[in-house]
Amino acid sequence: MQFLSDNSDLLWSAFLTTLSLAVTSGLCALVLGTVLVGMRVSPVPPLRGLATFYVEVFRNTPLTVVFFFLFFGLVYVDLQFPTRFVTAVAALSLYTAAFVCEALRSGINAVPPGQAEAARALGLDFGQSLRTIVLPQAFRTVVPPLGNVWIALAKNTSIAAGFAVTDLTAALQRLANVNADQLLAVFAAVVLGYLAITLPSAWLIRLIENRVAIVR
Amino acid sequence: MSSTSVLFDVPGPRARSRQRIGTVIGALVVLALIGLALWRLGTNGQLEPQRWAILFDPASGVPQALGEALLNTLAVAAVGMVAATVLGALLAVGRLSDHAWVRGPVTVLIEFFRAVPLLVLILFCLLFLPTVGIPMTAFRALALGLTLYNMAVLAEIFRAGILSVDRGQREAAFALGMRKAQVMTLVLLPQAVRRMLPVLVAQLVVLLKDSSLGFIVGYVELLRQARSLVEFFNFQFGSVYTFQLYVGAAVIYIVVNVLLSQVAKYVEKRTRSAAAAAGTTDVELPADVQMGGGGGLVTEPGGR
Repeated sequence: MQFLSDNSDLLWSAFLTTLSLAVTSGLCALVLGTVLVGMRVSPVPPLRGLATFYVEVFRNTPLTVVFFFLFFGLVYVDLQFPTRFVTAVAALSLYTAAFVCEALRSGINAVPPGQAEAARALGLDFGQSLRTIVLPQAFRTVVPPLGNVWIALAKNTSIAAGFAVTDLTAALQRLANVNADQLLAVFAAVVLGYLAITLPSAWLIRLIENRVAIVR
Repeated sequence: MSSTSVLFDVPGPRARSRQRIGTVIGALVVLALIGLALWRLGTNGQLEPQRWAILFDPASGVPQALGEALLNTLAVAAVGMVAATVLGALLAVGRLSDHAWVRGPVTVLIEFFRAVPLLVLILFCLLFLPTVGIPMTAFRALALGLTLYNMAVLAEIFRAGILSVDRGQREAAFALGMRKAQVMTLVLLPQAVRRMLPVLVAQLVVLLKDSSLGFIVGYVELLRQARSLVEFFNFQFGSVYTFQLYVGAAVIYIVVNVLLSQVAKYVEKRTRSAAAAAGTTDVELPADVQMGGGGGLVTEPGGR
């Protein structure tokens, strides 16, 4: 315990890094994923094709490979992110957006067809019916899957440790190297750090789900 | 909403011509971006044929090294998958047990391994287990980590599969005088496994993706191999082949995964047509599980 309080600064800043990584990329992925799902159900075939291609590629690429390319590959087209943190956020958002899109698409499919038909009958065009009728209902039905994607994202931030971002897992590696005799305490602290993000999230998601669920 | 076409009217002539113009402009923009990227690569000399030839030239040792790395990747994924399937099935049965003293610990076990990031789990195996006298290599740590995490995920999948078998099957089996174990092994599990086959194959894709974490813990899988080849060649020729080797490794990953995904789709089609009469429901891996590295936590309240 003495040892943990000695390193509390490192652990706390690592925890904050992990949290901000997860929150920033979660928001970016949510926006990008919503745009993607709009493209996927749009009347324009090339947009549909583009979004489907994006989702298929990122679903079949390991996150590590995405990280790898943004960190080591982009320099060859003379692009560079300002910091490692931003690069990690970009990798996580690009990857997670594909899964947000998939979750939202299943939500859109769960909205009864009558809703969209009624919207069209009222004279709303595609954008209007998607924005005001379909997506709001879809978002309500996909709270649990989206929440799960968020939790998975929070855990996936650990991969950034392999690319020199000092998050919780990186702190784990560093502390484990120095204090071989305290390994269990180090692991316990780091796991608690992740649980401090995921467990309240799970609780909050259930709360939101109960609030917004549509009873049909 | 079964088909998305209820979202919009069939486009008329004006909308169609507008779409065509938009498509042409969009295609031009995309092509311009690709062209720009290729031009930058070209001016950096990355597109020269002899740089790419190294990926296919056996004399350089690169194809052999990448092939070996691919085998390493597949080996760890295979070990993880087999062990995780067996353990996952046992855990699923344990979680559905009538005895609280079995159900409780098994539930805690499953939830714990789903809650911990996979990378932390692998690092735990790699760093901690040797200190208590269990010899570890990168391969064992990776395989063990993948097994522990995937067994928890698969246990949940199996449980969902067992619960999705029509209740009448179970009741009929009990009515015939079968014992609990017989009902499970003779009636429920065979039907559940059949129904869960596509999901199992899809999970294999996730597992293969996760095996790339070996890069971080120093297991010689595709990415790590590409990295060490790059270091080797940089030492001899300077940074000439870096980009090519990375692209080669990534393409192998993507191709293998896309192939496996296609297998999953094929299996799903086969199962569905074979089981059409049984009135099975669609099963798909939830989006968060497909993300790998540890899915979400929110389980359906209570199950059934």
